[in-house]
Amino acid sequence: MVNNDLLVLHRYAGKLLLQKEVPFAVIPQNDFTKIPSIKRNLLYNQCQRCGNQKSSLFGVIPCASCSKTHLYCRNCVAMGRVMECESLYYYAGIAPDWTSYESPLTWNGELTPYQKEASHQLVQAIQESWKEFLIWAVCGAGKTEMLFQGIELGLKLGKRICIATPRADVVRELKPRIQQAFQDVPIQALYGGSEEKEGSSQIIIATTHQLLRFYKSFDIMIIDEIDAFPYHKDATLPFAVNRAKKTNSTTIYLTATPRKEHRLQIALKQLAHTYVPVRYHGKPLPVPQLKMSFSLKKELKWYNVPKAFLQWLRNRDNDKRQLLIFVPSILLAENIVSSLKKDSTIPFQVIDSVHSEDEQRMDKIEKFRRREIDLLVTTTILERGVTFPSVDVVVLDAGHSVFDEAALIQIAGRAGRSADDPTGEVIFLHDGKTDAMVKAIHSIKLMNKKGGFK
Amino acid sequence: MNCLWCDEEIMLEVSWTSLVNPTKPKQICESCEKGLVELKGSRCERCSRVSSSTICEDCQWWENYHHGKDVIDFNYSVFSYNHFIQEIIAKWKYRGDYELGFVFREAFADHFHEKFGNMTDVVAVPIPLSKDRLEERCFNQATMLASFLPVPTVEVLSRVHGEKQSKKKRRERISSKNPFILSQKLNKAVLLVDDIYTTGTTLRHAASVLKEAGCPKVYTYTLIRG
Ligand SMILES: [Zn+2]
Ligand SMILES: [Zn+2]
Ligand SMILES: [Zn+2]
Ligand SMILES: [Zn+2]
Repeated sequence: MVNNDLLVLHRYAGKLLLQKEVPFAVIPQNDFTKIPSIKRNLLYNQCQRCGNQKSSLFGVIPCASCSKTHLYCRNCVAMGRVMECESLYYYAGIAPDWTSYESPLTWNGELTPYQKEASHQLVQAIQESWKEFLIWAVCGAGKTEMLFQGIELGLKLGKRICIATPRADVVRELKPRIQQAFQDVPIQALYGGSEEKEGSSQIIIATTHQLLRFYKSFDIMIIDEIDAFPYHKDATLPFAVNRAKKTNSTTIYLTATPRKEHRLQIALKQLAHTYVPVRYHGKPLPVPQLKMSFSLKKELKWYNVPKAFLQWLRNRDNDKRQLLIFVPSILLAENIVSSLKKDSTIPFQVIDSVHSEDEQRMDKIEKFRRREIDLLVTTTILERGVTFPSVDVVVLDAGHSVFDEAALIQIAGRAGRSADDPTGEVIFLHDGKTDAMVKAIHSIKLMNKKGGFK
Repeated sequence: MNCLWCDEEIMLEVSWTSLVNPTKPKQICESCEKGLVELKGSRCERCSRVSSSTICEDCQWWENYHHGKDVIDFNYSVFSYNHFIQEIIAKWKYRGDYELGFVFREAFADHFHEKFGNMTDVVAVPIPLSKDRLEERCFNQATMLASFLPVPTVEVLSRVHGEKQSKKKRRERISSKNPFILSQKLNKAVLLVDDIYTTGTTLRHAASVLKEAGCPKVYTYTLIRG
């Protein structure tokens, strides 16, 4: 096969395409198989690209192109509109070969004994083509490094690999780290608005939404932060993940806080797994401290800096650390920042907030990492996937319903991430203990116990 | 009913008045609706922009350009331009989420009554898309807006060639050739309908074609004053 043809194939094989995306000029039409874009059922309709079945997420359009009034999918419209009058296409010609690399791993760091054990099992899972394998690793265990040898084996075997994660921030953070470890292997990062859009490389790092474009494409599917997927809320994601995998494939789940269904499967021995109970630097997870304040709700209502917080701030263990404050809403994040700035007793120079609708969020996260921001107030967007070397963490109004057990464990896991400062204070400020707080603390203590700490 | 923007379910408050006098089902939830900001306060009488002078500088320039008589009698817009409405418009128009247009149905009809309600014998003329663009998007947002009004819609304009207006500089846009042709003369007042009034050039091109063909009055009714 001519090299150029191979490039075209890598780009289109394993994709699910809208009619207008099909390269009829380059690839013979016979090589594509048409499928209906929206299936009408008796009780519900289903978009065949994203799996949407919710009636409010289907629209009816008087279509000027086909002159009929028909359905379109509103759920995945951001990735190009799926219209009932047009088919979806996938490539069904000769499958392209992917490169079998001889020694693709250019990373020569060292794994801790715990990491080594997990890595070893992962290699086995890939070697023996297990269907599923879950790595349960505490926050800060260094799970990216644990993946390297598994990915290396996959590349040696000429397999196509996808690392999927719920957040674009995490895709952006992972890309350079994976690329550094596999310097000669083409890797593309796909997320909404990413520069790379082709999705033609052997390793793909993508948000789960981007997987809507793939069809039976990957031999190895690594799903990071599996617990962060609102599986019960959004059926799109499991639908997309399943379709993007080849029929015979290995799926690897990574999580620090497995949800109930996975814990149950593990308990019933239905899901092969490994557990990494210790952080890479060998120190225990910081255990959150509960701080009760009756006046908390009232103070936050007027966006006043809570007294209990100031009291803690005056007496914290290490005042060199940056401070990360989690709050339940965007409104509170923005307003509490103005109050913090006005308070002359606060010993921080640069104070800022960040949230999902903040256009400068990437920039601010980077600045915080470079210590150009001292105190950052954030919504749950920084709950997982991001690492800062030396921070204390405060949750304002930890009793709020957005902070469930998994979220609180993840938030606590932001502290003590580096070997230079492996501890950090975690404060849950509340006006009444919740189940989530109690369970989170219990789980963290349990994980420490399993890691051999008392 | 779910909110067309955030898909949260919209809870209807049931009270005696709502039982006796049921309101139309809402298309957008209360918290999303807060993001839509209606134009208020003193505006330019010609183009609807928020302005302290009766006729703003831009409109004076236009009047001068058209030798003392602007081709549009006046423009009226409902919403001011902000990030939120920009996002809705982008998804509606460019992504092609047709249903999102219904977010504006009520406000667009209500403001029509307020501003144009006393006009009799007026027809709505939507600003057309080029053939290619219509083929690609499968609907014209201006036609959809016009359909919300209690007056007949006549699609008498078409585009000669579909150039991308937004890519050009203002000067170039103004001096560029009129892209519209008229298929039928209209001897009654016309309400030109479009989603957004930005510089007013496109609307004036359309208006001048109508006026040259003898149309007595041309008003423009736009959703947003950009
Ligand atoms: Zn869909
Ligand atoms: Zn159609
Ligand atoms: Zn809403
Ligand atoms: Zn004006």
